[in-house]
Amino acid sequence: MLRRRLNRLFGRDERRVDSRTIYVGHRPCPATDAFIPPKFCDNRIVSSKYTVWNFLPKNLFEQFRRIANFYFLIIFLVQVIVDTPTSPVTSGLPLFFVITVTAIKQGYEDWLRHKADNEVNKYLVTVLEDGRRTRKESEKIKVGDVVEVVEDETFPCDLILLQSSREDETCFVTTASLDGESNHKTHYTVPDTEKGLESLSATVECEQPQPDLYKFVGRMHIYKNDQEPAVRSLGPENLLLKGATLKNTQKIYGVAVYSGMETKMALNYQGKSQKRSVVEKSINAFLLVYLCILVSKALVCTTLKYVWQSQPGQEEPWYNQKTQKEKDANLYLNMFTDFLSFMVLFNFIIPVSMYVTVEMQKFLGSFFISWDKDFFDPEIQEGALVNTSDLNEELGQVEYVFTDKTGTLTQNSMEFIECCIDGFQYKNRDSSTELDGFCVTDGPVSMLQQKAGREEEELFLRALCLCHTVQVKESTGQEDGVGDQVDGVLGLDGEMVHPAELRGFIASSPDEVALVKGAMKYGFTFLGMESKNMRVMNRDKDVETYELLHVLNFDPVRRRMSVIVRSNCGDIMLFCKGADSSIFPRVRQEEVDRISMHVERNATEGYRTLCVAYKLLSSEEYAQADAGLREARLALDDREEKLMAVYNQVETGMSLIGATAVEDRLQEEAAETMEALQRAGMKVWVLTGDKMETAKSTCYACRLFQRGTELLELTVRTLEDGGRRREERLHEVLLDYHKRAVQDPPPVKTRVTRSWTSAKQDYGFIIDGATLSLVFNSSPDSSHYKSLFLQICQNCTTVLCCRMAPLQKAQIVNMVKNSKGSPITLSIGDGANDVSMILEAHIGIGIKGKEGRQAVRNSDYAIPKLKHLKKLLLGHGHLYYVRIAHLVQYFFYKNLCFILPQFLYQFFCGSSQQPLYDAAYLTMYNICFTSMPILAYSLLEQHICMEVLMSNATLYRDVAKNAMLRWSPFLYWTLLGVYQGLLFFFGVRFLFSNPALQDNGQVFGNWSYGTIVFTVLVFTVTLKLAMDTRHWTWINHFVIWGSLAFYMVFSFFWGGIIWPFLRQQRLYFVFANMLRSVSAWLVIILLILLSLLPEILLLVLRKPRWPHSRQKKPLVQSGEGETQSSARPLLMRTFSDESNTIL
Amino acid sequence: MASNYNAKEEDGHQPAAIGHGGAGTVKNKKPDNTAFKQQRLPAWQPILTAGTVLPAFFVIGLIFIPIGIGLFVTSNNIKELEVTLTNYSVWLAIFHPCYNCSQSYSWNSTKPCTCSVPFSLDQPFESNVFMYYGLSNFYQNHRRYVKSRDDSQLNGDKASLKSPSKECEPYRTSDEKPIAPCGAIANSLFNDTLELYYIDPNGSRTAIPLVKKGIAWWTDKHVKFRNPGGNDNLTVVFQGTSKPVNWRKSVYELDPSDPDNNGFINEDFIVWMRTAALPTFRKLYRIIHKKPNMTPTLPLGRYILEVTYNYPVRSFEGRKRMILSTISWMGGKNPFLGIAYITVGSVCFFLGIVLLIIHHKYGNRNHSADIRS
Repeated sequence: MLRRRLNRLFGRDERRVDSRTIYVGHRPCPATDAFIPPKFCDNRIVSSKYTVWNFLPKNLFEQFRRIANFYFLIIFLVQVIVDTPTSPVTSGLPLFFVITVTAIKQGYEDWLRHKADNEVNKYLVTVLEDGRRTRKESEKIKVGDVVEVVEDETFPCDLILLQSSREDETCFVTTASLDGESNHKTHYTVPDTEKGLESLSATVECEQPQPDLYKFVGRMHIYKNDQEPAVRSLGPENLLLKGATLKNTQKIYGVAVYSGMETKMALNYQGKSQKRSVVEKSINAFLLVYLCILVSKALVCTTLKYVWQSQPGQEEPWYNQKTQKEKDANLYLNMFTDFLSFMVLFNFIIPVSMYVTVEMQKFLGSFFISWDKDFFDPEIQEGALVNTSDLNEELGQVEYVFTDKTGTLTQNSMEFIECCIDGFQYKNRDSSTELDGFCVTDGPVSMLQQKAGREEEELFLRALCLCHTVQVKESTGQEDGVGDQVDGVLGLDGEMVHPAELRGFIASSPDEVALVKGAMKYGFTFLGMESKNMRVMNRDKDVETYELLHVLNFDPVRRRMSVIVRSNCGDIMLFCKGADSSIFPRVRQEEVDRISMHVERNATEGYRTLCVAYKLLSSEEYAQADAGLREARLALDDREEKLMAVYNQVETGMSLIGATAVEDRLQEEAAETMEALQRAGMKVWVLTGDKMETAKSTCYACRLFQRGTELLELTVRTLEDGGRRREERLHEVLLDYHKRAVQDPPPVKTRVTRSWTSAKQDYGFIIDGATLSLVFNSSPDSSHYKSLFLQICQNCTTVLCCRMAPLQKAQIVNMVKNSKGSPITLSIGDGANDVSMILEAHIGIGIKGKEGRQAVRNSDYAIPKLKHLKKLLLGHGHLYYVRIAHLVQYFFYKNLCFILPQFLYQFFCGSSQQPLYDAAYLTMYNICFTSMPILAYSLLEQHICMEVLMSNATLYRDVAKNAMLRWSPFLYWTLLGVYQGLLFFFGVRFLFSNPALQDNGQVFGNWSYGTIVFTVLVFTVTLKLAMDTRHWTWINHFVIWGSLAFYMVFSFFWGGIIWPFLRQQRLYFVFANMLRSVSAWLVIILLILLSLLPEILLLVLRKPRWPHSRQKKPLVQSGEGETQSSARPLLMRTFSDESNTIL
Repeated sequence: MASNYNAKEEDGHQPAAIGHGGAGTVKNKKPDNTAFKQQRLPAWQPILTAGTVLPAFFVIGLIFIPIGIGLFVTSNNIKELEVTLTNYSVWLAIFHPCYNCSQSYSWNSTKPCTCSVPFSLDQPFESNVFMYYGLSNFYQNHRRYVKSRDDSQLNGDKASLKSPSKECEPYRTSDEKPIAPCGAIANSLFNDTLELYYIDPNGSRTAIPLVKKGIAWWTDKHVKFRNPGGNDNLTVVFQGTSKPVNWRKSVYELDPSDPDNNGFINEDFIVWMRTAALPTFRKLYRIIHKKPNMTPTLPLGRYILEVTYNYPVRSFEGRKRMILSTISWMGGKNPFLGIAYITVGSVCFFLGIVLLIIHHKYGNRNHSADIRS
């Protein structure tokens, strides 16, 4: 029968395209008639983008795909082709600079990737070939090779573990480089392959490569002496992933199943999609305006030119004849080339250098975040991490904060508080929690002193010691890297070395460790696994051994886990722990009543509760379960569903033996941080997979909900109240809430005051996952519900979404992101379940928490603790926004007043495209003379110092909604630029009505004119920035005065030499002669002062809005006392059968 | 301008992270606690408020107004006289002495045309008097014109002398020979001759000595412009080149009497080669040095300007004039600067007063508002 089934499976498998067959050691197997070595890709990892040959064309192509670069390339080409007023050098040089720098940077990065690739690809590994051990380069490993890996080596490709040097046929690995989880994971060998690898004849069938790190389904056929092939199921526990490191195991052998780019690591390697900031969008809008200005300027000039030329004698006076070629040219072609020439002449209005400066500002600026020692967390010895520098300024624009609960608002560091055995409360007296006091007054005091029977006690504690997947960390002497965490481990003989501080537990979820540690306090110590035997030291210091038969893994749907063990005396027992809601229906009702009281009380105190149940299995029952489990595990399809069914079948009829309470503490300063964010005008949404009651209590604890907050609940429970159809009820409730929260809110608009919380009725909104999907998916009125829902939410200060699936979190973020006004969203989370919302939001923040590194890897910024969010947003974000906004406005302004005189000059030179400034000035203006001060400003400016920004959260509202880059400030800057440009030009124009400006009667020419204008321009533009600078460090002084000095020195130098390579010595001694003229000095001073006068005036008239001084003590918050009082007493944290931590 | 110099307190030099259990092996990623990296560089934080900026307004006003008055007076003391050589106002044109000459459209008329323009001075011109010629509607700043020159040729480069730059087109070669000096600017050199005569009360004409040196920038004359192979034997040096098409004589015949003012270093030529900024311009033509005795350089009375009218301006509706001007430390006559300084100074002063009033009236209110927040 088995054979028939196998054949059926075989037959089906062969038809399936999505599985691959691997011949272990490339040995033909008896079952297959013809051995065709299948073709798989080689084991070379290629993460680099370029090769030596294609670098130049490919890199150039990619660079010119950027619209700005392309624009400048076009301008450059026009200059090369058409006879234009400025030489191609003026725009070619900056462009070349930009392109080269970018190419060098990208080339260097790619070189690093090549190096890393080579390091991996050329790494020598040991491969068993026909029984001999040969060394070969990693890239030459083929699928089917049997590879040997020794301790602390990384696996060269994805391997199926065949043989381990450990006795218990396991090996330990860390996947730190894959998902950042540094704990040791146990992997198991495939049974029956341990002996005789040289002669092993087997095939592996497995699915085609897929990126999910935690999924693997396969099967192994082992052929022995022409017997029936033995079939073994393969799961993720047999698969060693490339990139993981072997630990605690001397060496292993494994067969390669996926190689090279098909390994799970390579498949997971993918670039994140680029996020673009609002500022960038503003820049693009402004660019469009300037492009219009540019085109219209060119059009005006072209028109003027031809109007002027149509007058008699103007087009070609006798003193200025055209060449024959020019005479022959087509009129319309001439017009077109003239238009292009004007475009080129004015193209400096859109500067290349702005892009460079913005990029540099972002790149360099992001270092300040990772350098900030306030973000340094001594616990994990790490500071903040910046994964992208493109979003620095976005941190100052956040309107919605979406936060995860577990691990983000709460610490996810569990502490065993108390347990309840058979209805009797056991509380650890010396636990120093703040809740210690009032527990006594609460709950069944009478029972506190009593104890349950010793037998029940021990059974319960054994259950805690056995029902988990915790490992004990072994010290091998080589792992001093984490030495401080491993001391106090068990000695090799199983005796405890330091029983008091046993910290060597490793588990994927912190509350499992808490439970094991809790059991230790009561005398039962888990000593570790020894080849499928769990060893437990009981109160009498005797070591009990239990054979671990099965682990019924935890999953979020069942919300429980079980183990089946066989004790020394042969009893087979099932221990189960899980959320009360999932345990209670599976145990006898009278037991529930005794314990549920405790559970509820513990839940109200804000603890996570778990119920523990057990069941004695008869051998028949076990045999049945065992068979069922094995069969389900063997299945290739629907394995999970089948397993689930078996699990559910086994976990019935248990008896409840107790409950535990574990405290999940709030993160440090979680409440203060949330309060600050709210005061800064951000709306905080809590998205959690947790139960509503737990989440609600956390919200109260974090002061997101306050005493005065009116809660609007929209959950399955509220919907089922009416006993009608959910949809109808939903409609009703939504309309009702809409009326309350949106239609008649208090008329007082939330003004920017510090006491706004008391001025207005606050609403808090609670929705759960099921209702949310109802809102999203209820067919015809979906959009209507959605908009109602959104409107309600937008009028609430806090929204709590509980029971969320990761995808739903992303859905919510997406909904808010795309709502009216497209507000800036920020997601913060620490776990893999937050990745989707982190990727979805404008800014994703990862917390370097305990749930692995998934979130950190996918985030834009990672911080060690929630409390750091406050400084990141209110401090850094605000400053970065102000800096970059000023940078952008300033750049447009300075180029407008740079080019406007040039434009005006066209009216005085017959619209002949004669440049006003020398080519050197045109080129250097943006690169050298005015670029450094603004870069320094945009890196160092603190218009308000960090402390004030942090202590006065409402300041954040001053820059909200892109305040500094909206059209009115843009208009202001543009007008300022126009005013100054007009002033520069006409000021000098009137001076030149008599060009005899020297005391020897000699006259100045057109280059002197341009130089005077340019000098005024450089000084004005730099001094304007100096006036805006509120934070003068020595760098600012150096750069501002330095670039003015540099301008002077350069001008002297440039005009002081007959340059052999120049065709025209236009500026020869022009600058020096200008300085000899008193009139030139006077007009320069006058024009600079006059240009800055409106600025000075505004500065005076504007009220000093912000406290500038660092010494000014932080303003007293009027609402402080009130909010403080409203938050704490609400310790009505309720039921917590939270489970998403036991992963 | 008040300010507070505020060195942000540094947290001192934190001792290197004290190695606690295993910290030696764990890479210490703690950020450096330097003032720069923590954005705590000592900084000067200027506070600009009404109170601190107000005095600046008064100071500016008080400085600018005297300067402006000084400039205005200086400018007014400069004596300037303009003599029109071409008049295009339709009714009066025919009465102008140079009317006939100015009718010529082009260079083709080989016969020199002369005319004498009488004028009189109402007041004597003291000290040095500078004689300018002015042109209107002459686009010396036209791009095609500005670039039509070869500076290396003018700098005495022999290779450029034989093969001038392409920019000189269409004034690069003539009759297969390179033009020296090439280009449109050189080609259109102003070639009128102006002579000034004082008419004594008794009716006799006294020629006024016009100095033609010192009219060009010193650096232009001595560095930028150089004859190829020294100033001797210019005829030999320029052999094989052609004169600009509009010129009557070759470049080495510009001032045969003075080798230091001949060829490319002829000052009239150098002055012309410095292209003007605006279509209406003046260029220095001659200097009349003041006499050693106390008599004015140009006493009041009647004068005659003898013009050899070669330069046609009618075709582009240009105007030609001669200007006599004295010069002060600020240059020629230009009331603009004086007026501008006085205006700006007054405006600043006025603003200062207005702001002072505002400050006094509303300052207290602002102050109290500050405290309240």
